Amino acid sequence: MENKLKKVDLIFCKTCQDDIEVVRKALQRNPDEIINEIIDSGLKGRGGAGFPTGLKWKFARAQQSDIKYVVCNADEGEPGTFKDREILDVVLTTVLAGMAIFAYCIGAKEGYIYLRAEYNFMLNKLNATVEEFNKKLKDLGLSFEIQIRSGAGAYVCGEESALFESIEGKRGEPRNKPPFPTVVGLFGKPTVINNVETFVYTAMINHLGAARFKELGTQDSRGSKVFSISGDTPKAGIYELELGMTVEDFVKEFGDGDTKAVQVGGASGHCVPRKKFENTIIGFEGIPTGGSMMLFNSSRSMYNVLKDYLEFFTEESCGQCTPCRVGCQQLLKGIEAVKRGERPASYLEELKKLAQSMRIAAKCGLGQSVANPFISIVDNFKEEIIY
Amino acid sequence: MSNYMVNLKINNIPVSVPEGTTILDAAKKLNFRIPTLCYHEDLSVAGNCRVCVVEQVGARLLQAACAVPVSEGMEILTNSTKVRQARKHIIELLLSEHRADCTECYKNGNCELQDLAHEYGVNQHLFIDLARKRNYTIDRSSPSIIKDDSRCIRCQRCVRTCDELQGVSALAVAYKGDHQKISTFFEHPMFEVVCTNCGQCINRCPTGALIEKTYIEEVWDALNDPNKHVVVQTAPAVRIGLGEVLGYDPGERVTGKMVTALKLLGFDSVLDTDFTADLTIMEEGTELLTRLKKALVDKEPVALPMMTSCSPGWIKFQEHLFPNLLDNLSTCKSPQQMFGALAKTYYAQKRGIDPKNIVSVSIMPCTAKKFEANRPEMRASGYQDVDYVLTTRELGLMIKQAGIDFMKLPDSPYDSIMGESTGAGVIFGATGGVMEAALRTAYEIVTGREVPFRNLNITPVRGFEGIREATVKIEGCLPEWSFLEGVELKVAVAHGLANAKKLMQAVSDGTVSYHFIEVMACPGGCLGGGGQPIPTNLEIRSKRAEAIYAEDESMPLRKSHENPEVHMIYQEFLGKPLSHKSHDLLHTHYKARKRY
Repeated sequence: MENKLKKVDLIFCKTCQDDIEVVRKALQRNPDEIINEIIDSGLKGRGGAGFPTGLKWKFARAQQSDIKYVVCNADEGEPGTFKDREILDVVLTTVLAGMAIFAYCIGAKEGYIYLRAEYNFMLNKLNATVEEFNKKLKDLGLSFEIQIRSGAGAYVCGEESALFESIEGKRGEPRNKPPFPTVVGLFGKPTVINNVETFVYTAMINHLGAARFKELGTQDSRGSKVFSISGDTPKAGIYELELGMTVEDFVKEFGDGDTKAVQVGGASGHCVPRKKFENTIIGFEGIPTGGSMMLFNSSRSMYNVLKDYLEFFTEESCGQCTPCRVGCQQLLKGIEAVKRGERPASYLEELKKLAQSMRIAAKCGLGQSVANPFISIVDNFKEEIIY
Repeated sequence: MSNYMVNLKINNIPVSVPEGTTILDAAKKLNFRIPTLCYHEDLSVAGNCRVCVVEQVGARLLQAACAVPVSEGMEILTNSTKVRQARKHIIELLLSEHRADCTECYKNGNCELQDLAHEYGVNQHLFIDLARKRNYTIDRSSPSIIKDDSRCIRCQRCVRTCDELQGVSALAVAYKGDHQKISTFFEHPMFEVVCTNCGQCINRCPTGALIEKTYIEEVWDALNDPNKHVVVQTAPAVRIGLGEVLGYDPGERVTGKMVTALKLLGFDSVLDTDFTADLTIMEEGTELLTRLKKALVDKEPVALPMMTSCSPGWIKFQEHLFPNLLDNLSTCKSPQQMFGALAKTYYAQKRGIDPKNIVSVSIMPCTAKKFEANRPEMRASGYQDVDYVLTTRELGLMIKQAGIDFMKLPDSPYDSIMGESTGAGVIFGATGGVMEAALRTAYEIVTGREVPFRNLNITPVRGFEGIREATVKIEGCLPEWSFLEGVELKVAVAHGLANAKKLMQAVSDGTVSYHFIEVMACPGGCLGGGGQPIPTNLEIRSKRAEAIYAEDESMPLRKSHENPEVHMIYQEFLGKPLSHKSHDLLHTHYKARKRY
């Protein structure tokens, strides 16, 4: 069978990198035209949730407010994800260009990059680039200034409303929704928050046109995406790949010949077992991912993998809502108890029901998504959990 | 709220509500009660316990009814299979991290989690017990409040109460994940932080995580000790709150039954804090007039506006947050502490009892009073002036323990001496009451005439608005008060420490100018105190306030200076207001504390 996996080089290609020039050209266009092009491109948010980027921009533009914000989510905390770090390191100005174009579209004067605490080692370099870029924007006549805010190490602050709380100097806890950020966001003002990678693609679409972007991917998953590939693979690293491949395609390229499962989308994503490789598409029509792909070969205990994830969520839950705070602890203690024989194997069914409740009743995406790894691992590797 | 109406269906029944209404309130309109835990009418919406989740037809996620506003065409199911399963799970999860040994809990029988567990028939042991494995701390350092983390369900009502209603933020969320907890600044003990002991957190805690420190057993021991003479004083707001613990609806006046019950419990003398409330008016009113004279006539530097000092939560708040304004506080002790100082001096002498054998108990709507009684300043009699402070709730419990059928009790009058009071003393229990009582007396002292308000009801200082102000023009002064002729006495009243904070900031900044300010730490004043029956909300507090004012109107005497026992104590013992003896027994000073 032909391997449909296709490596792409849109993001890191250095041939087209005069980002200020991209901004300058955008400023000559009508904002609606720019937004319509983003809508036309089919670009969906690259952070994982996959909300259509152009629509988000359109909503924010429609909001009447004297102050609006553009926020770049660089709180890359999902276990197994490290592509934003590379993007920031290599093509930060493209990210800034995406933010600036967007600021122009909605009339925002201030932008923030929320950088995960663990990336503070890059801070000096990033700040210098941002400062220089701000100056150039000023020279272009665009009144928009970007600043970087550093996180404090909480995974939950990658959730957009918790991120706002954190920038505002409060405890990073997700807010109730609605209202959504495009209506009430940072400092109570309409805000568009996008992932680092999303901003890069918006700049690239501006530069290359929607048509070039649409050539790639599928109906539901347009374009390419940057993947962070780790685990049992001889080719760990960062790759930009066209969307729409199957896990099978992916494993053929990146597996070590003994891959038994791929965790798509990080700890909060889904575990795909070997028997489902062939029929599982990586993308919004199949399993979406913020970019994390972890490969496990037959030497790995899926019990340990799940336990590790649950320990992570138990610690990284903000703790405010019951389903997530207590639910994570119960899932963790539950599989431990089953493993030790303190609870019957049938208890796993109770825990799956609990995970389903967490999926629909938790306050934010963190608590809701714990069910993804839990159910997919328990269903596909039940024997490993029990024995 | 908008005038625009939104149409939706709840459990297939159409309903139309104003835009912005939450699903919870819309359901209420159709008489569907959706269970809640973190929600409280007095507080902002948290949406964190998730017990109120409901199904929105067509939506992937359940919605938190307390937090989500209705939208056009919405179809809500409040009791679908999906909802019931999730809700049950949530209650079971809460129980798994809650030390649910209910029979050992002070809140047994008045616990919202217990009620829900019962209602939903949950399996308490479905999940693994997390509560017992943890090293929970039970903080008993405060003389007022016990904080038991093992019973905490992290609803954060206490955190929002302390922040939004009280502006104190002694309690806050610390850590995250499975370590998340409600804690204090650097996890210092409650006694060492900015906590004012107001107890508002207790009133809003759905479980037994925050309760008052009880002294019931100590009081039983005193009552059963034949060598002790046990006197009890009852604060104004207790008589309109106690009924709620003993089967009455809010707003029932049970003064006479309460006195009877206290006698049946074995107190040797049942006396009234209202007596020392009247005495406070004499002392504090004179103090105000003295300060005004110093300011207006003698042109001496004197701290104005003068501020009331009856509310011990408020006093500690000032000590922590506005030590620059401590001189503005009236030097008068609170009525409880005036009573305590007199019980072991004046009362002891008159009754011929050795003060060392007197046990002085007070029944208060307040938890801060427990702290106040233990302050080192409060030993003017040579002993601890007030030995034990019980809340309204504790008294209710003692009456139940004694097997007294409260509702069937006849009325009894207070004992004498120090049992006589006026309507002015009673209204100390409502926000604005001290101000009103002071004005009734001060105006009459200065002019020889009654305050120019119909039926003595000074309505501008009444009500529940957070900060209220009023101006009383003084006209037709008696000769010795002529320096006040034409003066417009400007007063302000605040209740709830968040309101007090705003007012104090304005005073500090010099953006407002008043002569006299009344502050009560608790929303609604003492009637909404931290020792009052649970639950509390605006409606309940309004009913209690109506009862207070009805009690005032029913009294034959309504002005403190007309209280015959007050006259008697000045003649026989104190001399005159602000006398040397008054200063020794009835006045004190406070000092600055740290800000955290």
